[in-house]
Amino acid sequence: MAIDFLYPLYEVIRNPQRCICCRACERQCANEVHHYDVDFGCMMSDESKCVACHRCVSLCPTRALKIVKTDHTFKENDNWTGKAISEVYRQAGTGGVLLSSMGNPEPYPIYWDKLLINASQVTNPSIDPLREPMETRTTLGAKPQTTERGEDGSLVCSMPPQLTLNIPVMFSAMSYGSISYNAHASLARAATALGTYYNTGEGGLHQDFYQYGPNTIVQVASGRFGVHTDYLNAGAAVEIKMGQGAKPGIGGHLPGIKVGADISRTRMIPEGTDAISPAPHHDIYSIEDLRQLVYSIKEATHYKKPVIVKIAAVHNVAAIASGIARSGADIIAIDGFRGGTGAAPTRIRDNVGIPIELALAAVDQRLREEGIRDRVSIVIGGSIRNSADLVKAIALGADAVYIATSALLALGCHLCRSCQTGKCNWGIATQRPELVKRLNPDIGEKRLINLLTSWDHELKEMMGGMGINSIEALRGNRLMLRGIGLTQKELDILGVKHAGE
Amino acid sequence: MILDATGIYYQQLNETIRASEDTDIIVRNLCGQRYIGCGEKARSFTLYGTPGNGLGQYMDGATVEVFGNCQESVGDTMNAGEIVIHGHCGDACGYGMRGGRILIEGNVGYRAGIHMKAYMDHHPVLVVGGTAGSFLGEYLAGGLIAVLGRDAGGAYPCRFFCGTGMHGGKIILRCDEAPTGLPRQVLVREMQDGDREELAPHVRAYCERFGGSPDELLGERFYVLTPNPEAGYRQLYTFE
Repeated sequence: MAIDFLYPLYEVIRNPQRCICCRACERQCANEVHHYDVDFGCMMSDESKCVACHRCVSLCPTRALKIVKTDHTFKENDNWTGKAISEVYRQAGTGGVLLSSMGNPEPYPIYWDKLLINASQVTNPSIDPLREPMETRTTLGAKPQTTERGEDGSLVCSMPPQLTLNIPVMFSAMSYGSISYNAHASLARAATALGTYYNTGEGGLHQDFYQYGPNTIVQVASGRFGVHTDYLNAGAAVEIKMGQGAKPGIGGHLPGIKVGADISRTRMIPEGTDAISPAPHHDIYSIEDLRQLVYSIKEATHYKKPVIVKIAAVHNVAAIASGIARSGADIIAIDGFRGGTGAAPTRIRDNVGIPIELALAAVDQRLREEGIRDRVSIVIGGSIRNSADLVKAIALGADAVYIATSALLALGCHLCRSCQTGKCNWGIATQRPELVKRLNPDIGEKRLINLLTSWDHELKEMMGGMGINSIEALRGNRLMLRGIGLTQKELDILGVKHAGE
Repeated sequence: MILDATGIYYQQLNETIRASEDTDIIVRNLCGQRYIGCGEKARSFTLYGTPGNGLGQYMDGATVEVFGNCQESVGDTMNAGEIVIHGHCGDACGYGMRGGRILIEGNVGYRAGIHMKAYMDHHPVLVVGGTAGSFLGEYLAGGLIAVLGRDAGGAYPCRFFCGTGMHGGKIILRCDEAPTGLPRQVLVREMQDGDREELAPHVRAYCERFGGSPDELLGERFYVLTPNPEAGYRQLYTFE
């Protein structure tokens, strides 16, 4: 219908003087934007199908292509933006829930960008990480509250199980199903090589990846997909997913069309059936119930694996985290509202939850006040974009961070936010074999290792600049941060002073 | 191995059981000890008293027979094996169960069999002799739930919201009249021969354990609940 017509958001600009009609763009585009017109003897494009993933641009041998934002516009209106108008048309035309993917793209404050890091001058001299030892290894898990001694006075060692990270960054949960086999292979191998961990998400663990178990975190969510005893015992830790930053209060839904033979085996559900993870765990209505699930996992893994409880950053996150710390969980993972996803209702992605910076500061503060901070480690995610975000997160109180969007970018993701279509031209968020093979796990592994190695180096440089040579001395060290352009209330929540103070 | 659970905390009790190499475990005087048989693969458990929450959770092939009532989360995420309960059972029984069978002589609480799922040769079965609480088979994705409604006098043997969000599997209910007021994800029909054949071995197993005549039970009127393909999760979305 005419009123449903929406002008394409992006235009494909082809330089006819450069185009040699090699048709590479046509072969590369799973969205079928490009085609060769025999009559005119030239390449044509249907930009209505373009998602701006840049696959064609990247592979055009003559650099004949570029993608630009269209200048076609509705009459300008700061309230009724083109996006707001288009969404109404779309919903009026279909009656459907708006669905989108990846993290919240709306212009909310990014507190990382309003925090500045300290450096030493004159006194407490800075340290050169190239010359002096610098410790970025960290351990996650509950720390003993008391020292126990035997009758002869010797120490009784009863250290709860820990995860050791050579770099305080882990790859956060992305299921096999939401991302491809080759993407998982890249993450698993890189985590092993780096001495950190990747996370299966709620999609089970592919048989081929059991070999990476010592560097794997296996997830248990409400749908219990692929969860069985061997799976729980295969990983280094077990994560209970209560919530996700991109869609707090919402469950997961992998459409049946994406459940092919391999996904079916890994999730242990029949081929072609919808995989639905309801938002709530129907057996968890309280911290006591959560405790029951935590201890069921500890029993099933003979108390040898730390248990992580992952929640979305929401308004009462500090109180919730306090409960989780008392539930027997060893690690709390908090996911901010900018965290990515393969698919989420747009309204929820863009409006529910809070920034991770505020959530982290509030949780760390609350657990300290209650004297239970050492009972749990805190891992945060929900848009750590670079090593500066990482340093700021640790200074605000995190033990380590989870990254996923950054990791996918390293693998070639161009953040076109079209994961839900399953037609990822970069071979990441797709299950189509011809697309999956575009992601070479050997290259993927190398690029992830490169990314984190460079972050680790930058982390050491920044720590050295502050005169700190151990990550433990940076954790919760908010004196190393100053706010810029923040209100007193924001500074109070973050627990930092303003720049110049 | 025969254990007396009197006054023993569940962690010690389960540690003792794990440390034992015996294949037959008998525990007497249970009083709420949790996670008995959790993740067990091959052994046989005979339990007396009241085992606590999470009995047979993640169980993967063991057999458990309980002479007494059970509490919550029996057979949660169970993969294989059998749990037989000579008594009643609490809430969330068989949550996310993927295989094996649970036979309950009496009634079951809220949220029984929710999110049960089937996979290849895994086909979970939950048989309830008496009646079931609300939310029976919620989000059911596979497997079979049968409620025999003994002593219910032919009345609908469940409470509210049976089969909400169901998208696979089958629920068979013993009642004289077709259940009404069910959610739109559920289709109701009277039991046919194929369903009866599917149900029969489990009813026979039930009667072997708890008494009663399988033929007489199977001769009663049953209704079958299956997912409504028209009311699935498709067509719910429009894209950015």
